[in-house]
Amino acid sequence: MLNTRLLVVLILSVTLLVTDYKTDKLQPLRSALAYVVYPVQLLVNLPEDIYRFFNTSMMSYRKLKTENESLKRQQLINDVKLLKLAALEKENIRLRALLENSFKIGEQVLIAELLSVKLIPYEHLIIVNKGSRFGVHAKQPVLDAHGVVGQVIRALPNESEIMLITDPDHAIPVQVNRNGLRTIAIGSGRMNRLNLPFLPNNADIQPGDLLVTSGLGGVFPQGYPVAFVDKFSAQPNKPFALIHATPTAKLDKIREVLIVWSHSTPVALTDEKPAEHEQDGNDDK
Amino acid sequence: MTNNAVPLSYIFTLILAMAARIAPLPPVLADINPDWVLLVLIYWSLATPERTGVFSAWIIGLLVDVLTGRLLGQNALIYAIVCYVVVRLHKRIRHYPIPQQSIFVFFCLLLAYLLTYWLETLQGKSALSLHFWWPVFSGALFWPVVFILLRSIRIRG
Repeated sequence: MLNTRLLVVLILSVTLLVTDYKTDKLQPLRSALAYVVYPVQLLVNLPEDIYRFFNTSMMSYRKLKTENESLKRQQLINDVKLLKLAALEKENIRLRALLENSFKIGEQVLIAELLSVKLIPYEHLIIVNKGSRFGVHAKQPVLDAHGVVGQVIRALPNESEIMLITDPDHAIPVQVNRNGLRTIAIGSGRMNRLNLPFLPNNADIQPGDLLVTSGLGGVFPQGYPVAFVDKFSAQPNKPFALIHATPTAKLDKIREVLIVWSHSTPVALTDEKPAEHEQDGNDDK
Repeated sequence: MTNNAVPLSYIFTLILAMAARIAPLPPVLADINPDWVLLVLIYWSLATPERTGVFSAWIIGLLVDVLTGRLLGQNALIYAIVCYVVVRLHKRIRHYPIPQQSIFVFFCLLLAYLLTYWLETLQGKSALSLHFWWPVFSGALFWPVVFILLRSIRIRG
């Protein structure tokens, strides 16, 4: 009796494992089960929610007022920067059109809030409260106010799982902002470090360099800050240098993230596109 | 004890265990956070093997797979195998003193984590660090607490 049960269960498990590994046919089953376990995740998140609720509702009037003022100032500064950015963006598109290069700026984003749960100790996975019901899907880049956070690896109806860039299984194509040197940054398993294992000892990179996404690979849009290089040491006895970088995103402190819909398909530069840009240029004048 | 009481406390304790499994803890504690769900399953397989055995362990494992973002069937397989072993041996283990049970639990957890390690490496995950094995030890150390807590719940329920 017990043996037959075990046998049935073993066969079922192996079938599920292989199907789930090779295909995505089990997505409906996973979504259905996700509804069952979602309350558990909310339960774990509850103390944090209560703490935040009281924290904000008990805040004094004066504190709120100063915060509001500083936010308004920040907003003003950002607005001015954006004004300039719009002009630069137009110029950039025009220049790239001259170079017959395709480029697109401007993405649609969705703000999602972290559930404070720790899925598995040896991986850097986080859960956010927006899922496929909001149109989130796998392989979407995730950012915060300071830089790249990671990418969606699985979207469930009410939540999605996000792999941070520091996960040992995560690699992100980057380039040095100063000189355009391209390489790959691999997660180290520690929240404050990325490794750059594929640069030779004479590479032009130094501590303090900003690494931005290079846009290769098609997942992350180009030009978002990823990390600052904080250690470069040549290893004469090895083919590659030892380089460490610190992510710019506050990976261990984030509460809210932006899920991005990037237009990963390059803009086709047919006859009509440059004409459109020409028109934009005329509008500026 | 009524017929209903066992499944109710079974479900209640497992929900708590799942919550403890994904609780956000400071890094050091997160590394030693044992697999509470498996500990609770081992307890119920020892205490009421005729009601809670391989099949219910499999279902719970499936839920934990979704909860922790593993491949479907990974924890299900592992929990079912461990519970099979426990149900097989429950008559002997039940009469062991608690420290000796802890040693048995240690080997159950070791089996579970070995299987996890094997399945994760099969999926091409990069090498797991030594921290991966800490919950095996911490789980065995926590077993007396789990045992005494769950026994009081079972007797009262």
